[in-house]
Amino acid sequence: MVLRRLALTVPILLGTSVVVFLILRLVPGDPAASILGSNATEQSIVKVRAALGLDLPLWEQFGAWLGGVARGDFGRDYITNQEITEQLELRLPITVALAGVAFLLALIAAIPLGVVAAVREGGWVDRSVRAVAVLFIAVPDFVFGLLGILLFAVGLSLVPSSGYTPIEEGYLEHLRSLALPAAALSLGLGGVLTRVTRSAMLDVLGSDYVRFAKASGFSSSSIVFRYALRNASVPIITVIGLQVGYILGGTVVIEQLFGLPGLGQLIVEAMLARNYPVLQACILVFVAAFILVNLITDLLYTVLNPRLRRTSTS
Amino acid sequence: MTAQDGASPDQTLKTGGSRLRNRATLSSRIEIVAGGFLVAGAVIVAIVVPMIDPAASTAVGAAPALLSPGFPNLLGTDQLGRDQLARVAAGYGISLTIASGAVLISLVIGGLLGLLAATSKSSIDGLIMRTLDVVMAFPALLFAIVVVAIFGSGSEVLMLAIGIVFVPVITRVTRAAALETARQSYVEAATARGARRSRVILRHIAPNSVGPVLVQASILFAVGIMLEASLSFVGLGVPPPTPSLGLMLSTARNFIVSDPWIAIVPAIAILLLVLGFTLIGDGLQAWLDPKKRTTAR
Repeated sequence: MVLRRLALTVPILLGTSVVVFLILRLVPGDPAASILGSNATEQSIVKVRAALGLDLPLWEQFGAWLGGVARGDFGRDYITNQEITEQLELRLPITVALAGVAFLLALIAAIPLGVVAAVREGGWVDRSVRAVAVLFIAVPDFVFGLLGILLFAVGLSLVPSSGYTPIEEGYLEHLRSLALPAAALSLGLGGVLTRVTRSAMLDVLGSDYVRFAKASGFSSSSIVFRYALRNASVPIITVIGLQVGYILGGTVVIEQLFGLPGLGQLIVEAMLARNYPVLQACILVFVAAFILVNLITDLLYTVLNPRLRRTSTS
Repeated sequence: MTAQDGASPDQTLKTGGSRLRNRATLSSRIEIVAGGFLVAGAVIVAIVVPMIDPAASTAVGAAPALLSPGFPNLLGTDQLGRDQLARVAAGYGISLTIASGAVLISLVIGGLLGLLAATSKSSIDGLIMRTLDVVMAFPALLFAIVVVAIFGSGSEVLMLAIGIVFVPVITRVTRAAALETARQSYVEAATARGARRSRVILRHIAPNSVGPVLVQASILFAVGIMLEASLSFVGLGVPPPTPSLGLMLSTARNFIVSDPWIAIVPAIAILLLVLGFTLIGDGLQAWLDPKKRTTAR
């Protein structure tokens, strides 16, 4: 199963890289002309096109670009002439920290809430948890972010309303600068995970082996945590994998709202400046991260549920 | 003891099950009705308010800037003195148009691809599904950004961008539903009677696979509105001065400390509309899915 899953990832990675590569070739206008500005002569445009390799056949350009990417060389920024890889190295850790803290917050809140809601199915705790989860799913993260700024930054002055403090300037300040953006990003994910946990737990709690465990006199906590939660973890992990896409998309908006200089903000800056090589690189990193996380979650199934090792479920 | 004398364990289970089922059906109906009210309210606001004063949403300086909610500007005014209610109404119009267009595009393309995948030989099925896997490998917002990068911004491009993002989802749901329907005996009977393949697909398989696809479409409405608002919020959606709810919130950031109302109004407007579609989608899913109905999920 592991090999099959790995083999499936290769064509998807290749397909997405073709799409990302084509962005630069499909956008209207000549990149060489836009680098040189309005005073460009025909000759200088031809020179720049040759220097960038834009005069080569498309497949050769793709080969050269992909080769560079494989070596970690994303080319140069058209506007600042900086190495794009350097920019990614500066920005990526911020996005990873933001997404990581958001995931952690969502998991810490959602799993216990989902478990409690399932154990108390139909009661007021269950109904309240479900209502809050729906609300969290329905509210865009930037709306939470803005309301959070109003309440926690402007109203209570607990956290800064925008800006980023690197970890080198102190753990506490670093966490304070990430707290509100990460919380805003985590609520929607938390809502989805709570519902999935509840639903997966209900399935498991209704199964014969749980009834048998109850009848055999196992304690409720042992049944819930040692047996049910472990078996409910496969659908939860699946959803976590799929929600990485939501979180990555969310970082684009949240970094913009909170002025965090991460990869998401770089995407928006690159789009607005028509800086397509940078856009290409950022999107490729996001897509590769999404594919990689889904690969890891698929492989995690086999660790969590040994039965899947022998089947060819993909 | 006869069955009439008292409830057997089986009966207790059945009664418990039916009580849960009834409660679940009731709660899904409440969800659908509540969501319907929210969406209908937004549609009415989007239609009626612009009728009263069509230019109010873009009329700069029509009233003093940054008024709090009151009379005659029920939801206050923005930094340029434009009526916030008129802007929310116009924003609802844009959001609903873009989300409807996107869902329609995905239903047409995804529906056809899904039917084709389910009823063709495995090589075509594989080709369609693997191609769509590539689209699905992109986080939704990023794929929409790629489309906007290629075609430029604007309402029609947003519709297309969000529509393409939804195509793989609709294709997968249609394919799954059509494969399920194709196994039914009435489809086998039609084939055995000698009906043409196209007739079997269009008259028997397609109409009987619509249910799950429509449920998915109602959920995608909510996602579409969020995506439009997110893209407009970061400046990659509809260009100003078109009043989009995301754009309104983005501008409101600069005034949030002194005039929080300017942010709260579009924030709640987006919340109510997305909540409406989420509730309808949730309710329909629970109502139409018998498994979920019996477990009161």
